[in-house]
Amino acid sequence: MNIKELYQEIILEHGKNPRNLRKTDNFNKDAKGYNPLCGDKVHVYLKLNEKKKVEDVSFEGSGCAISMASASIMTDLVKGKEEEEVQEIVNDFLGMIKENPQLKSKNLKEDEKTKLMCLSGVKQYPMRVKCATLSWHTLTSAIENSQEEINTEKMD
Amino acid sequence: MNLSNIKKEFPIFNNKNLVYLDSANSSQKPQSVIDRINDFYSNEFSNVGRSVHALSIAATNNYENTRVSVQKYINAKNKDEIVFTKGATEAINLVANTFGQKYLKEGDEILLTELEHHSNYVPWHYLRNLKGVKIEFAEVNDDGEVSVESIEKKITLKTKIIAVTHLSNVTGAILPIKEITKLAHSKGIPVLIDGCQGAPHLKLDMQDLDCDFYTISCHKMYGPTGLGILYAKKKWLEELPPYQGGGGMIKEVKKDSISYGDLPNKYEAGTMATAQVVAFDQSIKFLEKIEMDNVIQHEKELMDYAQEILRKNNSVKLIGNPKKKGAVLSFIIEGIHPHDIATILDEDGVAIRAGHHCCQILHETLGITATARASLGVYNTKEDIDQLNFSINKCKKIFNLK
Repeated sequence: MNIKELYQEIILEHGKNPRNLRKTDNFNKDAKGYNPLCGDKVHVYLKLNEKKKVEDVSFEGSGCAISMASASIMTDLVKGKEEEEVQEIVNDFLGMIKENPQLKSKNLKEDEKTKLMCLSGVKQYPMRVKCATLSWHTLTSAIENSQEEINTEKMD
Repeated sequence: MNLSNIKKEFPIFNNKNLVYLDSANSSQKPQSVIDRINDFYSNEFSNVGRSVHALSIAATNNYENTRVSVQKYINAKNKDEIVFTKGATEAINLVANTFGQKYLKEGDEILLTELEHHSNYVPWHYLRNLKGVKIEFAEVNDDGEVSVESIEKKITLKTKIIAVTHLSNVTGAILPIKEITKLAHSKGIPVLIDGCQGAPHLKLDMQDLDCDFYTISCHKMYGPTGLGILYAKKKWLEELPPYQGGGGMIKEVKKDSISYGDLPNKYEAGTMATAQVVAFDQSIKFLEKIEMDNVIQHEKELMDYAQEILRKNNSVKLIGNPKKKGAVLSFIIEGIHPHDIATILDEDGVAIRAGHHCCQILHETLGITATARASLGVYNTKEDIDQLNFSINKCKKIFNLK
């Protein structure tokens, strides 16, 4: 494994200039996530319209390049998708980071899959997987409106 | 003694690519310590203090021999003042629990500092709920130090114990613990020193220091894991209640009453980390052989060299600038998160730690979520520092920094 495969240009670029790093006006769902190992925090905001479509999604927080890039790419991809589709994409991403070699989601276009696969390098770095998944778990928590802070040390 | 060859005594460095800069987390082990564990299990193993057969007697003698070695090494008055624990964390829990039980009541205050490791805060925190005590924190200054004055400011008539670190595992500040102890004693307050980082890097003299409790983490001191030491003045060990109950710590057990064993058995319930204790004698011998003066000199030269190099490196910012500094270099690089630094350094075999180093209070005070930390041991060399700097430059290149 080459370090360049982890820190691909697209990750460094998203890490440096994260998209949607702000707070959505009139959001109707949100959740917080926390990684106690490194102190990284993320707050995900969602605005779903009456058809349960993601009208806007954003996040606030700070963290390493991997976690910022992951949140940035995630928010870019789920915007405009329906709640159920978002949930399916989240599960597909988490499955890929854990074990699956590829993404299977029908709700992602090929170029979107390619973009997301840039994060697959973290599989080789077990200690860093949580950096990549924190915002995704937090997004799920926001959708479910569970009001529970995601804590990476309490996850599988 | 020349320390340039000391790396050879640590078999892990047979891997020539390893640049180990994480000794504040845990140190590597010399061959003599590893061999002693192997020998003891292979040829000499028995539980201690129980049976009368020859193996048990020999094991007990070896075990007690380490206690005497520790006593001499830290210049404690009496060997009964040395209690083996499963780690420095347990040692602090032991004091917080028993001292809290016996002496603390609602409204009493415990004085810590903002530099403390979680293991010198969380055990005291339990007493908030249990006893309704208050915890105060002496403030850290901009250089990452805690002065005697800042301790004095927080002492009130309700302060019942002061617990401070000897050497910060983040800023490297060496605290004026002798002066703090003197001040505390002038007000009748006992002092606990968290010596996890102090013991591997500084000379220890309990009688000169005069503190009431001093805790040591053996695995940070070129010794085995699963072992810590609590030094406590004899009067405290006699006055405080036992911590854990079980075999080995009792004198007489009846259905309606129990009497406890003599010191130090009173605090060593259950089967102890026998092999680790026996092997730790070799860690002390190792440090005695190279002599602490040489360790201090060697680490100071490396620290001066490292600070000079890193200060010249644009965008590297060292955290803490204490006048008296131990072998810890915490730093941040503007634009690169510490975890990214640690992952990229690791690719070159440079092992550092990134995160809050179990000091969230300090990081909050400093206004940063995490730092990267390179920490030194006797085996480190200038070449290690050069490699650190080289790999930091590689990080900057990957992240397009100048």
